[in-house]
Amino acid sequence: MSALEISAKIKAGELKVVDAVRPCLDALKENRHNAFTPVKTGHEERVLKKAESLQKRIDAGEFVDSPLAGVPIGLKDNVSQINELVTGSSKMLTGYESVFNATIVDKIEQAGMLIVGKLNMDEFAMGSTNETSFYGAVTNPHNNDRVAGGSSGGSAAAVAAKEIPLAIGSDTGGSIRQPSAFCGVVGMKPTYGTVSRYGVLAFASSLDQVGAIASNVSDCSALLSVISGEDKLDSTCVTKKPFCLETIDESANLSGLKVGIPRNFLDVDVLDKEIKESVTAAIETFRTAGAIIEEFEMPLMEYIIPAYYIISCAEGSSNFSKYDGLKYGYRSEKAKTLNEVYRLSRSEGFGMEVKRRIMVGSFVLSSGYYDAYYKKALQARELIKNNYLKLFEKFDVILTPTTPITAYKLKSHQTESEIANVGIMKMYMGDIYTASVNLAGLPAISVPCGVDGEGLPIGLQIIGDSFADEKLLGIAKAYENIAGSVVKA
Amino acid sequence: MSKWEVVMGLEVHAELSTKTKIFCGCSTVFGGKPNTNVCPICTGMPGTLPVLNRAVLDYALKLGVTLGCNINQNCKFDRKNYFYPDLPKAYQVSQLYAPICQGGGLEIEVGESGEKKFINIHQIHMEEDAGKLVHESNFTQIDYNRGCVPLLEIVSKPDFRSGDEVIAYLEKLRETLMYLDVCDCKMQEGSLRADVNLSVRKLGGELGTRTEMKNLNSFKAIARAIVYESERQIDLLESGGEVKQETRRWDDERGESYAMRSKANAQDYRYFPDPDLLPISITDEELELIRKSLPELAHQKRERYMKDYGMSKIVACTITSHKNLSDLFEITTEHSEQGGEVANLISGEFMRLLKSSNTLPEKIEPEILGRKFAELVKLVVDSKINRGAYKEVVGKVFESPHEIEPMAYIEEKGLLMITDTGAVEEAVKSILAKNQSAVDDYRAGKQKAFGFLMGQTMKKLGGTASPDVIKSTLTDVLKG
Repeated sequence: MSALEISAKIKAGELKVVDAVRPCLDALKENRHNAFTPVKTGHEERVLKKAESLQKRIDAGEFVDSPLAGVPIGLKDNVSQINELVTGSSKMLTGYESVFNATIVDKIEQAGMLIVGKLNMDEFAMGSTNETSFYGAVTNPHNNDRVAGGSSGGSAAAVAAKEIPLAIGSDTGGSIRQPSAFCGVVGMKPTYGTVSRYGVLAFASSLDQVGAIASNVSDCSALLSVISGEDKLDSTCVTKKPFCLETIDESANLSGLKVGIPRNFLDVDVLDKEIKESVTAAIETFRTAGAIIEEFEMPLMEYIIPAYYIISCAEGSSNFSKYDGLKYGYRSEKAKTLNEVYRLSRSEGFGMEVKRRIMVGSFVLSSGYYDAYYKKALQARELIKNNYLKLFEKFDVILTPTTPITAYKLKSHQTESEIANVGIMKMYMGDIYTASVNLAGLPAISVPCGVDGEGLPIGLQIIGDSFADEKLLGIAKAYENIAGSVVKA
Repeated sequence: MSKWEVVMGLEVHAELSTKTKIFCGCSTVFGGKPNTNVCPICTGMPGTLPVLNRAVLDYALKLGVTLGCNINQNCKFDRKNYFYPDLPKAYQVSQLYAPICQGGGLEIEVGESGEKKFINIHQIHMEEDAGKLVHESNFTQIDYNRGCVPLLEIVSKPDFRSGDEVIAYLEKLRETLMYLDVCDCKMQEGSLRADVNLSVRKLGGELGTRTEMKNLNSFKAIARAIVYESERQIDLLESGGEVKQETRRWDDERGESYAMRSKANAQDYRYFPDPDLLPISITDEELELIRKSLPELAHQKRERYMKDYGMSKIVACTITSHKNLSDLFEITTEHSEQGGEVANLISGEFMRLLKSSNTLPEKIEPEILGRKFAELVKLVVDSKINRGAYKEVVGKVFESPHEIEPMAYIEEKGLLMITDTGAVEEAVKSILAKNQSAVDDYRAGKQKAFGFLMGQTMKKLGGTASPDVIKSTLTDVLKG
């Protein structure tokens, strides 16, 4: 049952909120894929109580206009909810409870939705496999030996395993789209500035964007219509009106659509053969439906990964400085002096990957290197952004694979060992199709387009023009309508 | 000494008097209980984001326009990264790469001679203040009330050659900040702070290594610290030593400075543009609005006062030496329409009261004083009270501005002049009746007797009637 169907049934009195949420709570308890992070004692009772009071409000006629009233939802473990744990899946914040609600939490509650719990993620959203989580890796519902992807691994896995109908994710370089592709679900990173970041633990502020993960495009659109819109607490959140579901439905058409295909993206060494075939088939689906397909050479491809990692690590190194062991979160018991509080708490509290990126970020910002790295990366970013601007004068959307390979085997990128640096670089290359979208602030959605020989899902990425999110969702829905049944894993 | 030249530059931090902080809605009021004017944003709790208080921008523009700076209409905020407990985000939001103002400056008048000199501004930028550490014997507490209070940092070029120039500049800058209503400039409360960068060189030679002095809490301390530091550097160089580039902390009680940290292990602040705050664009229209809204500044007031009220330069300077004084002058004048009399009151008796009670002009309340002083000015000008009573009540109002109501006090003490000539006539008659011999003397042509009778009458009336009235009444009655 889709999220929209659940809400319709609840509003029609055919389903109780409690009955919709109980399976989610059971899944949380069982936690088969390790998608959920720990909860406070008495959690289940509190959620059930909320479900009851929500039921009363729905019965009293509240939330009639909300498409998702009564629907359970999970939040990535970087979204603040008052008096609930929010840890970024890091030892650094174990036991930390937020003192306020993220703006999107308010919006979710105002839409009559019910928050089930928090979802596992790579530590502070740094990672592509969910293996950097303090709570351990999330396993892929399609194959227990595979990762769910990251950093929103818990969000994608929980939706794919039908443990929850909807999940909030965040995407800095592909962190919604890549796990969605790995798990065979729909994941959308909207345009930068359409969903408030207030209350979401920051990784790289200029790239982070909150988005939605769902089992189909319509559910995804519905959730985005709930969480999008201006926020006076986030000066980078500039979009005035929330997305409109009706507008999205109206734009669902592929005929006459101008579609760009970056040919060189499909010629990348690391691109898996089966993914290439599957995406090529998806392109044919578009063509058959009347879209005008045109190939082009995407310039600046070699700058995407370096620029992305320099900028994201630089911003992250600054954003993570507040985790200093003084005010909240982890503090080393061995620390005796102020310096030791900083040094030991951070050494012991952060995991390897986070420390690696803090080092990289601090390095590229340090005097003498700023111009050579950070400034250059900003220049590359400008070029990438301007290039997309030009492309969207010509195309309605651009199609690419979401990832070059399907879900990795667990522990294939040892983050703890020295020799693993080669593996790390390979892992970073996995962001090749997704990261430029964040650098340019564009909206992009990953929709399932097939499975490989091992039954692992493959994602098609559709990139839209800036603030053309509704149109993009409509196109994704049109594609899903045609191809949906074929590619369901 | 004469062969050495002292070269100084100033970094002045002015805390802005906006009602709320720079990135959140918390109050900026000074002296609240620790951690009562705080919220998740100014304590940098995970997930929070800053939103610029536009008033801060307006304040910065006011100063920038006044000082003739080039306004950067596309300015940005940068993060200055360092770890310290008073900085909850572990970075300070400031401006390095694209500060709001560059260039411009202030003309100062130095020393007794009033020699004019132009001090160039390098840049003015907006930033947030840090919290405050409260050290106890064996632990330290952190008060974040001051955290995120908006600051303007005004960085001068190394244009100063003497302590007098520095003080003249600071006085002029303080005056400007206060008249713009941008900063209350209370040095004791830290709302105006100055760091002095100082080096010495042989006249006309290359610039020497500089030190930076911090913790300068009064103009007096600044003047002393400059003398101390220039002598220290000269002594060092003359004895063959070297000046180390370092930050030094001034200890005003001991009258000396000591090294805090050397630049050798200086921090790398890893400045970069703050991605949480969008670049600010300032339109030409906004700038024009600021230009139009600029209040009258001290020097403009001085000129106007001299022209409109015939004040001498000294009186005009005294009254404009602090915004509270010119405010007091203007409020009192507005209510009494007696500019000349008010000018005398403020520059004379009122200044004496400030001095004798050791009161800083920043402590007075012009609104309350002005209204009450105006009443008194009107009374004395209309001869309804005499000068003595006027001075007495002014003093009382100054002492307890909230409690003393001038009219009630005057009535209670019977200080009102008698305007009823009948009462004066009665008093005159009774005096004449008691002093027949003096009356006879007067009539015999002895003028001295008139003075005696006049004195007796005044005494009887206790100074509540004007001498003119008594004189004419006495003359009339004697003529009888």
